[in-house]
Amino acid sequence: MTAINITPPLTKEDVMKLKAGDEILLNGTIYVARDAAHKRLLSNLDNGEDFPIDLKNEIIFYAGPTPPKPGQVIGSIAPTTAARMDPYTPPMFEYGVKGVIGKGPRGENVKEACKEHSAICFSAIGGLSALLGERVKSAEVIAYDDLGPEAIRKLEVENFPVLVVYDAHGGDLYEQEIAKYKKA
Amino acid sequence: MLTKSHDNIKVDHKIESCETFKHSCERLIKKIESYILNNNNVVKHKQGQFETFFNDFITVVSISHRKVDLLFMRNIHVDKITETVAISCWEACYYLPEDILNGFQEAAKTEESPLGKSILNQLIENAELAAVENRPYCHDTGLTVVFAEVGQDVHIEGGDFYEAVQNGIRKGYKEGYLRNSIVGDPLLRKNTNDNTPGVVHTKLVPGDKIKFTVLPKGGGSENMSAMKFLLPGEGVEGVKKFVIDTIEAAGGKACPPIVVGVGIGGSFDKVTEIAKEAILREVGSHHDEPHIAELEKELLDDINKTGIGPQGLGGSNTALWVSIETHGCHITALPVAVNIQCHAARKKSVVI
Ligand code: SF4
Repeated sequence: MTAINITPPLTKEDVMKLKAGDEILLNGTIYVARDAAHKRLLSNLDNGEDFPIDLKNEIIFYAGPTPPKPGQVIGSIAPTTAARMDPYTPPMFEYGVKGVIGKGPRGENVKEACKEHSAICFSAIGGLSALLGERVKSAEVIAYDDLGPEAIRKLEVENFPVLVVYDAHGGDLYEQEIAKYKKA
Repeated sequence: MLTKSHDNIKVDHKIESCETFKHSCERLIKKIESYILNNNNVVKHKQGQFETFFNDFITVVSISHRKVDLLFMRNIHVDKITETVAISCWEACYYLPEDILNGFQEAAKTEESPLGKSILNQLIENAELAAVENRPYCHDTGLTVVFAEVGQDVHIEGGDFYEAVQNGIRKGYKEGYLRNSIVGDPLLRKNTNDNTPGVVHTKLVPGDKIKFTVLPKGGGSENMSAMKFLLPGEGVEGVKKFVIDTIEAAGGKACPPIVVGVGIGGSFDKVTEIAKEAILREVGSHHDEPHIAELEKELLDDINKTGIGPQGLGGSNTALWVSIETHGCHITALPVAVNIQCHAARKKSVVI
């Protein structure tokens, strides 16, 4: 299968075209945020405040890289377990985030939220961290500096490989593929 | 003080005469002990010089005895321990063990899912890139578990053993540019920023060396591990069901292809310890007991029939290997533990 090139931000039309199983190469900007950053972003929303950065139509990457060696842009990086973000994802999609990148299956609430808010769950290969680190061309902390390793980072990526695992039509790649190879 | 280091081990006659001296001391102590026993009243009731003399004499002989013991021990300085642990931390994170890499290659040959095959090939490429560039193959450089098999003829000098190991972790994670992933208090959750404390297991073994095995353990797979007390009547079938249920619940979260360590028997604490030891066994090597080896094969087969596959995205290779370790247990109990090791199956052993 040939990979589809995508440059965020995503429009609703972009999202609707994608199907579970599509191989994607991301180019351009994605945002790294994980547990602590999500917690704070959502408490901003609850207090009626805006996010410190505009994440509407953007893609969030759940990750925590290793520190860069001298001369490196970033250390090794790959997604963390996405299910940990299950409680946070539906409100993020409701706000306008269009895609998230993690690893591993998600809860029903997230699958529903993909349909309801026309959003996508992507998966990058967990632990493919040396290879994915090479695809990151720049990295900078842009919000919640005080969270240290959990601060929000802006990454510029080149040919960053991900898969569509949950699409906006109810497609679920995990369920679909495991069923094919399960032997009773 | 004399030490049995490589420099002076050739002086055999010295060692021999020490051996004789040691035996003489032991005999002397026994004589004095029986003298005290037989003359209990004398020692108890006669005050003054006589008693003091005996006490002093016993102390002197005991000290000499200890010194003679030390002649047969090998000194290892804590700095050496720190250095060894530090290097092992980053080597474990940069260089994927051979048996795991071979496991990927074998799995890629047999994998039925095209996506699964592609994932396995990317993991091979990732491991090779990490080794060439000296960088971690996985970003979650984990909780550092250190196994130390300490020879009983080793004398550790220059400080505290456990502190030396923790210092090694601190140094290894800093100098190796590894991610600090540990919070000091599990409820307050503040990062210690140096990846300590690591978990240290020590075992006394014959010999005058220390073998360190460093196992930086990723969160994704460790979090999906489980332990349960089965009823003895549930037997082998019960064990199999618990293992499969645990693997199915983990699915893609544990980053398959996984290595499965199973502990059966022992106590609440022992069963998880042997499950962790089991993940250190080489991929391709079975338990010595034929019925346990058979169970390993059956479990590997069953796990690969779940269809979970590489990364949980479907396929015929969910696990690379299953290793079981057993321990005797109480007549009322059948404890089982499943420790899941993800594809970033780090392990590095060094003997000093
Ligand atoms: S489960 Fe293992 S391979 Fe996956 S991200 Fe965690 S440490 Fe890396």
